[in-house]
Amino acid sequence: MDQAQSKSNRKLIGMLLLGAVGMFGFGFALVPLYDVLCDTLGINGKTQSTASVYKPVTVDKNRTVTVEFVSQVQSDLPWEFKPEVNTMQVHPGELIRTHFVAKNLSAKQVVGQAIPSVSPGQAAAYFNKTECFCFNQQVLAAAASADLPLIFYVDPDLPDSISTLTLSYTLYNITDKGYVVEQGAAR
Amino acid sequence: MSTITQDSPAAHDDHHDDHHHGAPKGIMRWILTTNHKDIGTLYLWFSFIMFLTGGAMAMVIRAELFQPGLQLIEPNFFNQMTTVHGLVMVFGAVMPAFTGLANWLIPMMIGAPDMALPRMNNWSFWILPFAFTILLSSLFMEGGGPNFGWTFYAPLSTTYSPDSTALFVFAIHIMGMSSIMGAINVIVTIVNMRAPGMTWMKLPLFVWTWLITAFLLIAVMPVLAGTVTMVLTDKYFGTAFFDAAGGGDPVMFQHIFWFFGHPEVYIMILPSFGIISAIVPAFSRKPLFGYASMVYATASIAVLSFLVWAHHMFTTGMPVFAELFFMYCTMLIAVPTGVKVFNWVATMWRGSISFETPMLFAVAFIILFTIGGFSGLMLAITPADFQYHDTYFVVAHFHYVLVTGAIFSIMAAAYYWLPKWTGNMYSETLGRWHFWCSVISVNVLFFPMHFLGLAGMPRRIPDYAIQFADVNQIVSIGGFAFGLSQFIFLAVVIKCIRGGEKAPAKPWEGAEGLEWTLPSPAPYHSFTTPPEVK
Repeated sequence: MDQAQSKSNRKLIGMLLLGAVGMFGFGFALVPLYDVLCDTLGINGKTQSTASVYKPVTVDKNRTVTVEFVSQVQSDLPWEFKPEVNTMQVHPGELIRTHFVAKNLSAKQVVGQAIPSVSPGQAAAYFNKTECFCFNQQVLAAAASADLPLIFYVDPDLPDSISTLTLSYTLYNITDKGYVVEQGAAR
Repeated sequence: MSTITQDSPAAHDDHHDDHHHGAPKGIMRWILTTNHKDIGTLYLWFSFIMFLTGGAMAMVIRAELFQPGLQLIEPNFFNQMTTVHGLVMVFGAVMPAFTGLANWLIPMMIGAPDMALPRMNNWSFWILPFAFTILLSSLFMEGGGPNFGWTFYAPLSTTYSPDSTALFVFAIHIMGMSSIMGAINVIVTIVNMRAPGMTWMKLPLFVWTWLITAFLLIAVMPVLAGTVTMVLTDKYFGTAFFDAAGGGDPVMFQHIFWFFGHPEVYIMILPSFGIISAIVPAFSRKPLFGYASMVYATASIAVLSFLVWAHHMFTTGMPVFAELFFMYCTMLIAVPTGVKVFNWVATMWRGSISFETPMLFAVAFIILFTIGGFSGLMLAITPADFQYHDTYFVVAHFHYVLVTGAIFSIMAAAYYWLPKWTGNMYSETLGRWHFWCSVISVNVLFFPMHFLGLAGMPRRIPDYAIQFADVNQIVSIGGFAFGLSQFIFLAVVIKCIRGGEKAPAKPWEGAEGLEWTLPSPAPYHSFTTPPEVK
């Protein structure tokens, strides 16, 4: 192999290796990219993770939207977790207060984290929570129970095609996980 | 393609040199070798051993599914079998077989003395046996080996996976490194080592398809490495890439995985297109129809493969506009693929065709791969996919494109180039037995799976409802027959290596390409003086 060829080989190998390393980085870049895309396009049913401020809007009394509440508990979390009411009729713009009831069935202190999801996904951007237990980790002492508050309103700009919203909470056991959930992360 | 000639004195010299620089003797020849032909041989044998290993696991699966209910194995072991069968076949059988063919053929096809980076070539092969030893050894550990499917969806591979998952991750890392090194070698060889006059549009299609495949490998294998790394840190180091409780998202796993996974399926089929494009003209005794369109079609398939990943996840609750986008992009791939199938058929049209074993496999490839393509189109239809998703219809689809597609093309390639590799003709009678046993049994094995899937039998489950019993029995019998048929292939290869009718330099009348200007068997060092391509 002559000198010129081994030089051009080395150049090409360098570029290809750079490409491979770059694609390894791109794999990880997909993580924030995914969150940004879901956020800006308002897909994936993710609601905002910080409290929104209630802007007094005209309540649309002529329109009624059904809001359903669903709760799920992961199998490794010894809690009972239920919405106070399963379904309610709300007018867009109206500030609604409700709560979920959680009870620790075990004899140990357990930390739980509720993860919300709205279906249909496109409605998530119109579902505003001014207060939610899902913004924080929930700590329940042994056998303790608590009312977990949720205050929300549905944006009057909600597309007409959507008449029913389902808000689902999945409760995870994060007692020993050491997760520090940053405020502002898409959730 | 233009006519390729080589001045005979060079060939004579090569052959003469062979006496002084032949292959070293003993086991160290294989461990230390930097010769592209030796490394190609190692890859091909390794791939065949993995083919039998993964095949044995498929036999376990089919034995368990012979009857409804649980007879032979535990559900958890069944899951390990489906997982490791997939991993071994994808990363151990199909991909190394193509790399082996690339090693053997690309230097001979472009008139180069060897691969551009021979020492890296040695490494990229020899780390593979270690990767698969790690992967397979995890099956014998407490808690078992990987049981989450070869697609290792989170949280199956994170929250619910066995303790041995780290071994799975490291094995994938090593396989990825091997593939990337192999791909770099292929690209550098093709770009820098073509013989004088071997211009881009004179390259044999096998070389073109491999060049494009190598770029796909460099683009997506690192993404796979990233994905398994995220699984590793999620499971062992408390990160939460895929854990919703920690702010992650399990659906994101599927997006990242299929960003790798869809180009990966083209990595496993593009070299096949190159093989078929060599064999069909040779036995039709006509030049390939539409050479340039073949090159452009391959490139467009490669580009489109990055825009269709989410058709694997229609049922995850994507918004409608995304489902439509991925549906139409997926269907678009049928256009360049259709160009290819059209060109092969047009090449055969009014050719004087003979049906030696390589051609039999090539024709079967065209028909059966097209069936797999059509079932792929059915799966691409979003509303239909809601019914087909995760059923045996999907299993039927990807086995048609991977077994009667990729593996049939590898068999065709083996028969086509065996005379060049060994210097002996293989037994045509045995070859035909292998073909007919394989082609009948493979259809008994996979075709009824379409009906099972449409009737609602879910995949990856060790038990099934009683109404599926009869069809599953037929499928299993086809499976056992297909498995046994592959021993005929082993016999053909061994017999061919040990002796047989001496092969001339060009055993196939219509074959084109520089490799046929070399004597058979190809000398240990070939094209030390570059041939002149006119």
